[in-house]
Amino acid sequence: MKCRRCREPAVIELRRHNAAFCGDCFVHHTREQVRKAIHEFAMIQPGERVLVAVSGGKDSLGLWHLLRELGYDADGLYVGLGIGDYSDESGRYARDFATKIGGKLIEVDLPADYGFDVPDGARVAKRAPCSACGLSKRHIFNETAIAHGYDVLATGHNLDDEAAVLFGNVLRWETSYLGRQHPVLPAAPGFARKVKPLVRLGERELAAYCVLTNIDYIIEECPMAVGNKHLRYKEALNTIEEQSPGAKATFFLRFVERAQERFADEAAEERDDLRPCAQCGAPTPGDKRADAADPRTAQRGSQPICAFCRLQSRATRIPLRVAAHEDGP
Amino acid sequence: MRVVLRNPRRELDMPAPRTVEQLLQNLDVVPESVLVIRNETLATRDERLTDDDVVEIRPVVSGGAV
Repeated sequence: MKCRRCREPAVIELRRHNAAFCGDCFVHHTREQVRKAIHEFAMIQPGERVLVAVSGGKDSLGLWHLLRELGYDADGLYVGLGIGDYSDESGRYARDFATKIGGKLIEVDLPADYGFDVPDGARVAKRAPCSACGLSKRHIFNETAIAHGYDVLATGHNLDDEAAVLFGNVLRWETSYLGRQHPVLPAAPGFARKVKPLVRLGERELAAYCVLTNIDYIIEECPMAVGNKHLRYKEALNTIEEQSPGAKATFFLRFVERAQERFADEAAEERDDLRPCAQCGAPTPGDKRADAADPRTAQRGSQPICAFCRLQSRATRIPLRVAAHEDGP
Repeated sequence: MRVVLRNPRRELDMPAPRTVEQLLQNLDVVPESVLVIRNETLATRDERLTDDDVVEIRPVVSGGAV
């Protein structure tokens, strides 16, 4: 098999592009896909400061590397989730990579800084571990980006992640989630702009990019993610992709191009209804069912408590403070 | 040929099939879900294998919380 660009022996085949590439041309291809995504969706403007959420895995470390290669002012953020040896090891990969590239890495530790870990949070809240993990990460990413004055928060969500999320949202016709599923979520009061520069790259491409550029990443999967729904959706989509190369890209990228806008109004209405959390000030819709069931929450009237603060309070058994943030953070 | 599998890491010794593609078929692995690294270099599906090769089949599917 020969490289499509230079005709040297290929090291990777991308059936979706009906192409194969040698190492150097594949790295070029990967950078161009990220450059194209950033440009196409106006993700990052020249001179903006970017905070990259890094987990120690291939996607986030690859993203940090790619953004710096493309000339962006990008720092890393690692959140320790307290998932035993897995968190210890993933943190080491993130720190070693930051040292290797001479990058600034901000570290936040869920157990040390917020008093609970993901396994405990999932147990007390009766949530799936991935749900408690995602909720905690989204909260901390946003809070840290705002607190440190970054213009943009970049995450390593790739084409496979987005196709799997879309698949799940369509299976359940989660129309407000569909309205929010876009490579860019604009900044709003209390929210940093969030971008996903890897949406044009599959996770196999990210893994290959890391191998070819000598990025050491954690290969083992999170022990708490085994068998989750998201992984099952990916498995189903990969089986389809094997028979119809390009199916995942068509599914997601055409959704963004042709359908996402149709659901955007519902998502915008929900965003307009957000109010500052009485505990931390982050924008939140609150939890009307919880308010009805919990008189302490109901007493706060128009001041909702965000899902993260409720999770933290349950996990740490520390009662919520009554505080007012009328104007948000 | 030695085959290195991941999650959890384990190793198998087996006679080399003719190509990477056949190896993946024999192991019932969907090619889209892995990288194949033959003697520490990425390998395409059509690459020939020999009994002296060390081949890592590295899963690329990851993610729980999104």
